[in-house]
Amino acid sequence: MEPQVLARMGDGSLVETTRSRIQADLEEGTQAAASRGKLEPLAADELEHLLDIFASPTRFTGVEIGDEVVLSKDGSGTPQLGSRVDALYACEQVLAHDTVELFHIDYSYKAVKTVVPFEQQFMKESQERLTVPVHYGAQPDLGRYSAPDGPCGNWSELLPEMKIDEARAAQEEAVELAVDDMVYVAESLWDAGADGINFDTAGAAGDADLLATLRAVEALRARHPDMGIMVGMAAEIVLGTHGLLEYRGTRLAGLKPAGQLAVVQQAGATVFGPAVNTNASRSVAWNTARAITFVKPCMAAAEIPVHMNVGMGVGGMPMYAFAPIDAVSRASRACVDILRLDGL
Amino acid sequence: MFGMDVAHSCASGMNGLRAAGDLVARMQMTKGMRIVEAKRFVAERLGVTARDLSDNLAMHELRGELRMGRVFETESSYYADPSPLEAKWHIADLLGLPINSVERLKKGLASTGRGTG
Repeated sequence: MEPQVLARMGDGSLVETTRSRIQADLEEGTQAAASRGKLEPLAADELEHLLDIFASPTRFTGVEIGDEVVLSKDGSGTPQLGSRVDALYACEQVLAHDTVELFHIDYSYKAVKTVVPFEQQFMKESQERLTVPVHYGAQPDLGRYSAPDGPCGNWSELLPEMKIDEARAAQEEAVELAVDDMVYVAESLWDAGADGINFDTAGAAGDADLLATLRAVEALRARHPDMGIMVGMAAEIVLGTHGLLEYRGTRLAGLKPAGQLAVVQQAGATVFGPAVNTNASRSVAWNTARAITFVKPCMAAAEIPVHMNVGMGVGGMPMYAFAPIDAVSRASRACVDILRLDGL
Repeated sequence: MFGMDVAHSCASGMNGLRAAGDLVARMQMTKGMRIVEAKRFVAERLGVTARDLSDNLAMHELRGELRMGRVFETESSYYADPSPLEAKWHIADLLGLPINSVERLKKGLASTGRGTG
């Protein structure tokens, strides 16, 4: 009888399984991405390396010495560490983060716009207390511009009523408002000394959400050549909630990570963060193999650093707020080893 | 935070101010350099190997010598180390890179007639 090994599921639970079952999960995971994304599956030697990582009985694993990469941390800090600036300082001094990110708990550019002067004060204080780069981050969050929260029509209600033209018009109107808000907030935080701006979960509300992000990035790059600009995606495929939107001739609906990277680069970002969502019913091994397969085409094409999103519910990680370190270290090492990432 | 941030940091991170992860991050964020190029650039500027950049022992002493800021603990006393803004000024000079907060400090000093070195 084959020896039992322990493995994590995508919901974070620990299960007893076997090396051959993990091997099958890895093969199924890469095939799932290859089929969905019309991509090349991982090679045999890559799957063998992943099998060694995920079938290991050790509690923790890591990359080889010398292979370390930059960790750009979104939403840095936690309430137990004191004020937001205290938390950033602890992340620098105690937790050894490569970068930190000041953020508001209502993680949306539209929401932050109303409290910008206070965020600027926190940024100024952060810059005076920290040496590592301090970014400011929030989400484009286009849905906030639709009724009843915002002034535009609600495309989620219009689409089921088959009011396609009205739904598209509402999204186009929302894009204009979102671009203005994102540029305003980003420039305000830049004025307060921020090292960079993070647009987190771009495309979460579909192709219009991504278009708004790209246009904001383009405007910021034109005015601030030294601004660090990071665009982190929401998912492996951009939803076509509008369907016809293009950026410099590229249709945004349906873009996969390599296509997302291309438009993000064109817009002028300096870091791209692909995201591949986790299936909580499958193992972490299955999810990691699937995520790596989706991101792999980015690596040869990238002209800017690729910092893959490997946080809660993305990049193979469990959909669980209190992540087990065995799962995190395995996914972390697997992504860096196979993809030769620039960061996480 | 323990599970996610600390685990990533230990498994694959460059360890920021504890080593030289912040310097490599600055070349990525500001110049869009990929990891190999960014590590090579920073290593050349510091006169070390790329592998040294993640070695906290090698970098701790060097950061002290070059006044680039460093971590401290209960057993250490670095009262004469630079403030974060001064440290970032040294980092900017060393990397040949504009750092936003330092540029704003320079403008503030210049506006009151003080030199900026």
